[in-house]
Amino acid sequence: MQAELWNDEFGKFHPASAPDYLPVEQLQQVQLQRLKSVVNRAYEKVALFRQRLDERNLKPVDIQSLEDIRRLPFTVKNDLRDTYPFGLFASPMQEIVRLHASSGTTGKPIVVAYTREDLDVWTGVMVRAFAACGMHQGDIVQNSYGYGLFTGGLGAHYGAEAIGATVIPISGGNTDRQIMLMKDFGATVICCTPSYFIHLIERAGELGVNLKELPLRIGIFGAEPWSESMRQYIRDNSNIEPYDIYGLSEITGPGVAMECRCHNGLHIFEDHFYPEIIDPATGDVLPDDTEGELVLTTLSKKAMPIIRYRTRDLTTITRQPCACGRTLCRFLRVGRRSDDMFIIRGINVFPAQVETALLQVEGTLPHYQIILTREKGLDQMEVQVEVTPEVFSDTVGGLENLQQKLETAVEQTLSIRVNVRLVEPHTIQRSEGKAKRVIDQRKL
Amino acid sequence: MKLNQISVFLENKPGQLKLACQRLAEANINILTLSLADTKQFGILHIITPEWERAQVVFKQSGFIASVNEVLAVEVADRPGGLVEILEAIEKAGLNVEYMYAFTFGNKGKAALIFRFDNPDAAINGLKASGINIIDKVELFARAEK
Repeated sequence: MQAELWNDEFGKFHPASAPDYLPVEQLQQVQLQRLKSVVNRAYEKVALFRQRLDERNLKPVDIQSLEDIRRLPFTVKNDLRDTYPFGLFASPMQEIVRLHASSGTTGKPIVVAYTREDLDVWTGVMVRAFAACGMHQGDIVQNSYGYGLFTGGLGAHYGAEAIGATVIPISGGNTDRQIMLMKDFGATVICCTPSYFIHLIERAGELGVNLKELPLRIGIFGAEPWSESMRQYIRDNSNIEPYDIYGLSEITGPGVAMECRCHNGLHIFEDHFYPEIIDPATGDVLPDDTEGELVLTTLSKKAMPIIRYRTRDLTTITRQPCACGRTLCRFLRVGRRSDDMFIIRGINVFPAQVETALLQVEGTLPHYQIILTREKGLDQMEVQVEVTPEVFSDTVGGLENLQQKLETAVEQTLSIRVNVRLVEPHTIQRSEGKAKRVIDQRKL
Repeated sequence: MKLNQISVFLENKPGQLKLACQRLAEANINILTLSLADTKQFGILHIITPEWERAQVVFKQSGFIASVNEVLAVEVADRPGGLVEILEAIEKAGLNVEYMYAFTFGNKGKAALIFRFDNPDAAINGLKASGINIIDKVELFARAEK
């Protein structure tokens, strides 16, 4: 049966996985051909990119080798914000069949677009990712990534459907119902954020459901950093083999890279996403096995080609052979970030967003600090705000009102529940250099 | 008519109330009466003292947030029904009370209640119309000294 063929050790026999095993010279040929094509396309259709090349006296024809990519300018998150909503599109709207968006610090989202071919490429890498962890036709996949503007839900959905699995499009939330359906539908695969799954383990325990008695065998966890000890916890409390999936909506969504059965780094689907590691301070490209900032170029995207995008993720790329046989390079699991963004419940948050909300309510920016904790597997965010003479009220109602207003403003900006705690002046440490806005007490 | 009351923001952590009172004691400021309103996360300490101006400076220098609000000291007969009369007058005048607390001083027959109205001027008129006595601050402090 097809499932047996597909469900080999390393997804080797799945038809879609063939590009994972290309001989390196062939892979590089494919990359170069696609690089030239995407640079051409971006130059012709994307004003910002053309302007930057013209400033450097560069033309697409100057890109003759993969090394020549270093001559091209970087793209940063601000470029997507500044061109909101459609300024980086290379295809006319009639050809764009999907829009997604993620949160931006100024309250305006970052918009990404897909043509039909872009969706096919995205689904294609998701299939390869799912094949790499042993998912196959016949698996029952509980997709608890959020459906909607977030790329996680629909990305996983189309990939699982394409591989022939049975998809439960349950999206996030309502943990008790998740556990009930997981049990009743006999889910064999779960897709969600790792911290949500840990929360689910704890809730299942409270409900008297033993996850080890369920046929759940694969977990595909992403959208936030997670540690080896979290992985072990998941293994200890279920029969799941947990896999790390990586992606970002600016590039396509989930499916940019995926762990194989070796659990020794994530293979980047570099026939579609060309990776580089740079020194974040100088922009110089660093050699393999050196830590630096991950930069990605979308080799195949039509609607919104992105050239040399600085991800702000710090990692190392290695081309040492992997036991799975894939020739795709691997990067080590992402830990630190090079800016002050943090991730809570799978959502990217910049302290600047919190500042905007506080400023909106008070008119001036009070001293504040964000405390992150994890209770029963769920991330909690507390924003401590120093009371100032201007906002102090002598009535409890007045202060509670203030607290409520601050909470509402922050929640509307971030779309997650937060607690605001009013504190006395000088509670929050002042610093000489960059203010320590975030205290992360979660043991990752 | 109107009395100046100091309100201080206190986080709900051990020792904050004591610290605030300690600062006043060190400055030789006498608290005539106080009230503490509290929630799970913070408290608001209300203090009546003749030296409220100095108290405000002391609190500010000690890093506390303190504000000054006008309150009224309303005389109430120290017998059953005394408080009800006051509350009926308040209701009749359509006044809004933010909070209230007792002013304790050993004077048989008459007691005082501190009222924080959201509109103290309207309160003065309203209470007077019902024959309620508002204790002027000089009188109040004199009574307290006894």
